[in-house]
Amino acid sequence: MIWLTWRQFRAAAAMMSAALAALVAFLGLTGPRLAEDYSTGIADCAAAGGGCSEFLQQFFNDYQDPFLAVTAVVLVLPALIGLFWGAPLITRELEAGTHRLVWNQSVTRGRWLAVKLGLTGLTAMTAAGLGSLAVTWWASPIDEAAANEFPRMGPLLFGARGIVPIGYAAFAFALGVTVGMLVRRTLAAMAITLAVFVAVQIAMPLLVRPHLLPLTRSTTEITASNVDGVTAPANGTTIVRVTAADNTGGWLLSSHTVDASGHAVADTIPVSTPSCVLGAPEPGAAWSRGLSACLAEIKRLGYRQQVTYHPSSRFWPFQWYETGIYTALALGLSGFCFWWIRRRLS
Amino acid sequence: MTAVLQAQGLGKRYGRHWALSDCTLDIPAGHVVGLVGPNGAGKTTLLNLASGQTAPSSGSITVLGGLPGASPAQLAKVGFVAQDTPTYAGLSIADHLRLGARLNPGWDDALARERLGRLGLDPAHRAGKLSGGQRAQLALTLGLAKRPELLILDEPVASLDPLARREFLQGLMEAVVEHEFSVVLSSHLVADLERVCDYLIVIVDSRVQVAGEVEELLASHHRLTGPRRDPARLPADQHVISASHTDRQTTLIIRTGAPIHDPAWSVSQISLEDLVLAYMSKPAHIDYRPALEVQR
Repeated sequence: MIWLTWRQFRAAAAMMSAALAALVAFLGLTGPRLAEDYSTGIADCAAAGGGCSEFLQQFFNDYQDPFLAVTAVVLVLPALIGLFWGAPLITRELEAGTHRLVWNQSVTRGRWLAVKLGLTGLTAMTAAGLGSLAVTWWASPIDEAAANEFPRMGPLLFGARGIVPIGYAAFAFALGVTVGMLVRRTLAAMAITLAVFVAVQIAMPLLVRPHLLPLTRSTTEITASNVDGVTAPANGTTIVRVTAADNTGGWLLSSHTVDASGHAVADTIPVSTPSCVLGAPEPGAAWSRGLSACLAEIKRLGYRQQVTYHPSSRFWPFQWYETGIYTALALGLSGFCFWWIRRRLS
Repeated sequence: MTAVLQAQGLGKRYGRHWALSDCTLDIPAGHVVGLVGPNGAGKTTLLNLASGQTAPSSGSITVLGGLPGASPAQLAKVGFVAQDTPTYAGLSIADHLRLGARLNPGWDDALARERLGRLGLDPAHRAGKLSGGQRAQLALTLGLAKRPELLILDEPVASLDPLARREFLQGLMEAVVEHEFSVVLSSHLVADLERVCDYLIVIVDSRVQVAGEVEELLASHHRLTGPRRDPARLPADQHVISASHTDRQTTLIIRTGAPIHDPAWSVSQISLEDLVLAYMSKPAHIDYRPALEVQR
């Protein structure tokens, strides 16, 4: 049975190996230089003093395209596995009628399905794992450089780093097989698999992932870094706009400005003159002085910024939880497949 | 010898439609059984139940004393060549033999290779490139080399041309003589079965109409021709299968175990084809008397 499964699967496996080998070769060739550029750049700017933000910005801009490309590869790979390995696994046999040939050899269909699911599913998980780990290693300097713009905990990178792609691949594969068994047509099964998988991948960061652990709340002073702009209309007040600037390095879920009694206010704070006079359009020393006076006045009035987020230290716990959830879903679908092939499919 | 197939009140329902109902059979071993009936009569359903492809909705079925498809040992005893003889288009003939060898404990590789060699099939050929007849022969070879005690073939020759049909059935009969196993094969054409079967099951409208050894069936069915009269007035042991009337003459096909003494009838033998056609044209569960009342 293992021989037959391998004989049917080897072309697809060879294609996947070639694609992965190309990806790993690219990452392996460019990765060491990337890491070296990063460490020398950090060392240089640290030696020069004055912070590294300019270097980090430059570094990220230099590597943005390959960074986004390999991230996209890891995000798309599980869907491709579900579409091209999962959905046709059974429907191809049903459409060609060959299930009636193979189910009448001296092998029960439960065992037939077990070997097909096991061998192909484990290969899918291995492929997704290898791709993700190679990309995680390659992109780690860029992930650090872009920690504020693209935090690893954020919805985009979280699904393309670490071990969750293994869970995604297992789930997408099992989903494809299950849908294929139910609709019995390859094309329809592929379309439904894609739609359901995308829906689950969107629902997960929106509805489930934020609640895996209790959110961290923190209330911070409003400083120059969260001020988005200051306007002074002619009616005698100055309006300070506060952004949801994320300085947590984690996954920011909400950010409000609250007043002294703790009630949320809109993201504009009216401050009455004359305590908050900017004196000059930015930039310049006079403007900075004016802004500090303004911030002092805001602090005196009791305005604070309240944020809820998951800190970046939760990256690995979240990875394990989510991989576990998807693996459990995949096992559940596989169990359903065994029940269905014995009871209903003929 | 034990029975190859025993069914008791066997039925299979798809949705609200009964594809096979109330089927009771007891087929002894050592026969080549022909299963004949019009398209959609339930032949495939019965064969799928016998091979364990589907589970019955009602009643029970045992094949060679076991539950169909229940275990690898049961699967090994029953060979099945499905309708349209499916094979893996992407695999070569040699791959198919390897498949058979890997998946069947009793695989007879010498038999398979010898048979394919005799048919002139190149093992390196892809199954997808074979003609319909060659593919059917490959599927039959897979079924035979498994060395089953019972080989089931579902409409194996339906898509073949007359020459390929003859070669296929000839090959099957040679194998039966050589290896002594039971065969059940279905067809909607009696002509295909006439030459090979010694046991016949006629199935119409999801019900078994008649089942028995061909010789017995031919000995117990007669065509009666005589002056016009009501079939209802026949002796109780003469069962009318079909009746046709002209203004002055009545022709009946009847089944009876006893000799026919009525001198008004001229009695003649019927062929297997006539017998099957009589059962196929018989409207199910309708008594003949009301129809005749109308004709008077």
